[in-house]
Amino acid sequence: MDFSNFLYLGQEIGLVILFVFLFLYDAFGSKKGKKYFQGIAVALFALLTAYGFVEMFYPLFGGSGTVKAFGGMFTRSTLTIFMKNILNVTTLMVFLQANGWLKSNETAVRQGEFYTITLVTLLGMYLMISANNFMLLYIGMETASLPLACLCAYNKSREKSAEAGVKYVFISALSSGIMLFGLSFLYGVLGSFYYTDMANSLVANGINGLIITGFVFFFAGLGFKLSLVPFHLWTADVYEGAPTSVTAYLSVASKGAAAFALIFALYQVFAPLQGVWTTIIWWLTVITITLGNLFAVRQKDIKRFFAFSSISQAGYIMLGIIAGTPQGMMATVFFVLVYLFSNMAAFGVISAVENQNGGDTRIAAFNGLYKSNPKLALVMMFAVFSLGGIPIWAGFFSKFFIFMAAAEQGQYVLVLIAALNTVVSLFYYLLIIKAMFILEPEAEAVPRFKNNRYNNVSLVFCVVGLFVIGIISCIFTYIGGLSFGVL
Amino acid sequence: MNILSLFVAVPVLMILALLLCKDNMKAIRGVMITGASVLVVLTGILATLFLQERAAGNAATMLFTASAMWYEPLNIAYAVGVDGISVLMIALSSIIVFTGVFSSWNMKMAKEFFIWYCLLSIGVYGFFISVDLFTMFMFYEVALIPMYLLIGLWGTGNKEYSAMKLTLMLMGGSAFLMIGIIGIYYAAGHSTMNLLEIAQLHIPIEYQRWLFPTTFLGFGVLGAMFPFHTWSPDGHASAPTAVSMLHAGVLMKLGGYGCFRVAMYLMPEATAELGWIFLILTGFSVVYGGLSAVVQTDLKYINAYSSVSHCGLVLFALLMMNQTAMTGAVMQMLSHGLMTALFFAIIGLIYGRTHTRDIRELGGLMQIMPFASVAYVLAGFASLGLPGLSGFVAEMTIFVGAFQHADLFHRSLTIFACCTIVITAVYILRTVGKILYGPVHNPEHSSLTDAAWFEKVSLVGLLVAIVFIGCYPSGVSDIINNSLVPIIEKINI
Repeated sequence: MDFSNFLYLGQEIGLVILFVFLFLYDAFGSKKGKKYFQGIAVALFALLTAYGFVEMFYPLFGGSGTVKAFGGMFTRSTLTIFMKNILNVTTLMVFLQANGWLKSNETAVRQGEFYTITLVTLLGMYLMISANNFMLLYIGMETASLPLACLCAYNKSREKSAEAGVKYVFISALSSGIMLFGLSFLYGVLGSFYYTDMANSLVANGINGLIITGFVFFFAGLGFKLSLVPFHLWTADVYEGAPTSVTAYLSVASKGAAAFALIFALYQVFAPLQGVWTTIIWWLTVITITLGNLFAVRQKDIKRFFAFSSISQAGYIMLGIIAGTPQGMMATVFFVLVYLFSNMAAFGVISAVENQNGGDTRIAAFNGLYKSNPKLALVMMFAVFSLGGIPIWAGFFSKFFIFMAAAEQGQYVLVLIAALNTVVSLFYYLLIIKAMFILEPEAEAVPRFKNNRYNNVSLVFCVVGLFVIGIISCIFTYIGGLSFGVL
Repeated sequence: MNILSLFVAVPVLMILALLLCKDNMKAIRGVMITGASVLVVLTGILATLFLQERAAGNAATMLFTASAMWYEPLNIAYAVGVDGISVLMIALSSIIVFTGVFSSWNMKMAKEFFIWYCLLSIGVYGFFISVDLFTMFMFYEVALIPMYLLIGLWGTGNKEYSAMKLTLMLMGGSAFLMIGIIGIYYAAGHSTMNLLEIAQLHIPIEYQRWLFPTTFLGFGVLGAMFPFHTWSPDGHASAPTAVSMLHAGVLMKLGGYGCFRVAMYLMPEATAELGWIFLILTGFSVVYGGLSAVVQTDLKYINAYSSVSHCGLVLFALLMMNQTAMTGAVMQMLSHGLMTALFFAIIGLIYGRTHTRDIRELGGLMQIMPFASVAYVLAGFASLGLPGLSGFVAEMTIFVGAFQHADLFHRSLTIFACCTIVITAVYILRTVGKILYGPVHNPEHSSLTDAAWFEKVSLVGLLVAIVFIGCYPSGVSDIINNSLVPIIEKINI
């Protein structure tokens, strides 16, 4: 075996080392020594994130360009590194935001587990992105899913959290079952799990019913992760029950990784099937965006609200994927990047408020937030406007570009439906604004409080991102310069 | 730095300066007055430079153009440029932004109010200076969203409902607009987003057939075109004074301006083919708005419906597609912008003192606040088209232009729309008679004061502009005429 292949695994190896180190630290560190656990964990992870960016711009090992390692199982290109960096930044934000919650009595004694488990799921997501073989993709997905169920049930003394954990286990077991079922069909017909071999065989042998069936099942499996309608039913319950930081992680990292994995699978393997999946995705996009929006309107709990909002955002992600062009890929990756900042900002504010009022996440608990905590209310406003696609916040640009990408392929009807849906989404986003700015606070509303310092760092970072990413165009142009390996 | 970019930069600086003020009313007013005055001065400089360039024989469609590539992969640039019409619109905006500051002298939460107010003006100025479709659309949306909080927080009456209705309807319009813009970009060969460059290219007619209605509808919603006008009465009635002024005075003009700059200019064939549908709709808005105003009892509703009628006339005249009518349309934009702002300023003043806008509860205001009342009468005269004031010039030009069409369809529509002259007179004179003359209805009102100095600044500023256009229309119409030439050429291929 050629050990030089390991050079391409820089980020993965770093992650494993960090994980092992934190695990041992948590297991064997003295009580006094563990006082700095959180700080050290966050700092080391920030270092790893920084390493990812170094690797992206100045590759230290293995050179730049697309490399296939381990007999073609594993891909490494600037694009995969970029995607992993997006996930890293998300995880870093989650670590920062989880700080206040982990310090609470209930979780203080086992805070180490949170970091280690999260890092394991992150490793799984890395593998999903880099996979060039469906087995590796599957292993990555499982590595990412099962520990996430632990995280969902992290507040184990709360019924809803335990329920969320159980639901997540069942759903991920179901979805991987469905996916494996589809993969077995594909393996049977195409005789390989390697992306390249499968694509070649698909071109050579043409399309038949079995392949389409296999593809549909495979797609449904990923659809659960992306929480596309009709595979979305778990989303609201899990999002509501899971601790807020975990919800944030689920809504951004888990979804982002699934979207990226789907991009690679669709374009590298199923490109000849484009006629088939365009139709499927077209309908899924329409119902995902529409239903997500309509259900979001009725929610009274802010975490359920963001669950449905994230469902409809997943629909917009599909809008970029349906285009099937480099421009569509660019727009999709950019959209996920912006979505990261918007959603993390929103969840940062939610966890800040929630930590103060003992876990009350009703939207009404945010009434009059501007009067008591103007800064948090403003951050929330920026986040919500960005999600709604209002300029000058980054969400406007990402949404516009994703519409352009879909329109380039002549999908005008789809774009029109999506654009009209942004109006509906704006309605419920404005309800949040109304609660925070216009309505009077409730009697038991949180008074003015000083936010956790770690959380503040993440919020500042998100706000800067929300303002800057759209106005400076270089990030988008940089993504455009990456090779997407699209046909 | 290009002089046009300053119009965006100054409000940005005003926002930054406001952020530094610590709820100090004097400082906030200082920032706003300085900023607004700088904008007025800049407008003066721009107008002078523009006229000099034109006098020197520079016949380019747009002057002071500048362009900086922004999003290279999508050919999106920050591109600016103005022709005479844009200059006039900028002048209108400056006057109203300036007077609006004086009309919102005593605001609660003044700092936040003015920050949103400045954001609104960034959108307005940015829209008028942009020649890139993307930046234009971006500024358009920047101008829309502050309305929600401005009405929702500082408004009166059923404000939350109105704010939501206004924002959503306008955003619905902008969804269509976005499709239109993206469609134009691809139909014109996805090589540029620049309006002037797209005008040189040809958009295939089968694309024009659906792009023109979407774009026109998108802008038409903001231009309060029937049946998408319903946001306007509720929105304007609930908005605080300065916001009503800016919204009815300038923002609704974004609709008309966009209609001809984007929809008609870029897609002339479709305009000729499908314009009649919108002509009927706008003709209907003109009369319908007027008739609705007649039966209202709330001063702001009267004025809002009258805006529907007047803005309908703008679109109506634009769709007549000849030099005279289109000149009239632009003059009507100016005239309506000024007089409606004046109306809202006075209504705000009256409401601030009497706490009612119901005309049945008001009476004899001429004895109590003569200054405001005289201003109201003048605004009313401008609205019903008395010679010597701006409304006359605009409406006259529009109807003369519209009647130049020889066919039955255009002529009969023109005659139909002409009814608005009478209808306007009915609701204006009725209101004036009810609230200004006669005995004082409510004895508590007799102790009220007339306009304070800052309100007078606002009213006089607007009145001067109205009289200026009314007495010296050629000054304005020459500028418009010159700028219309390339557009008319393109439309009448």
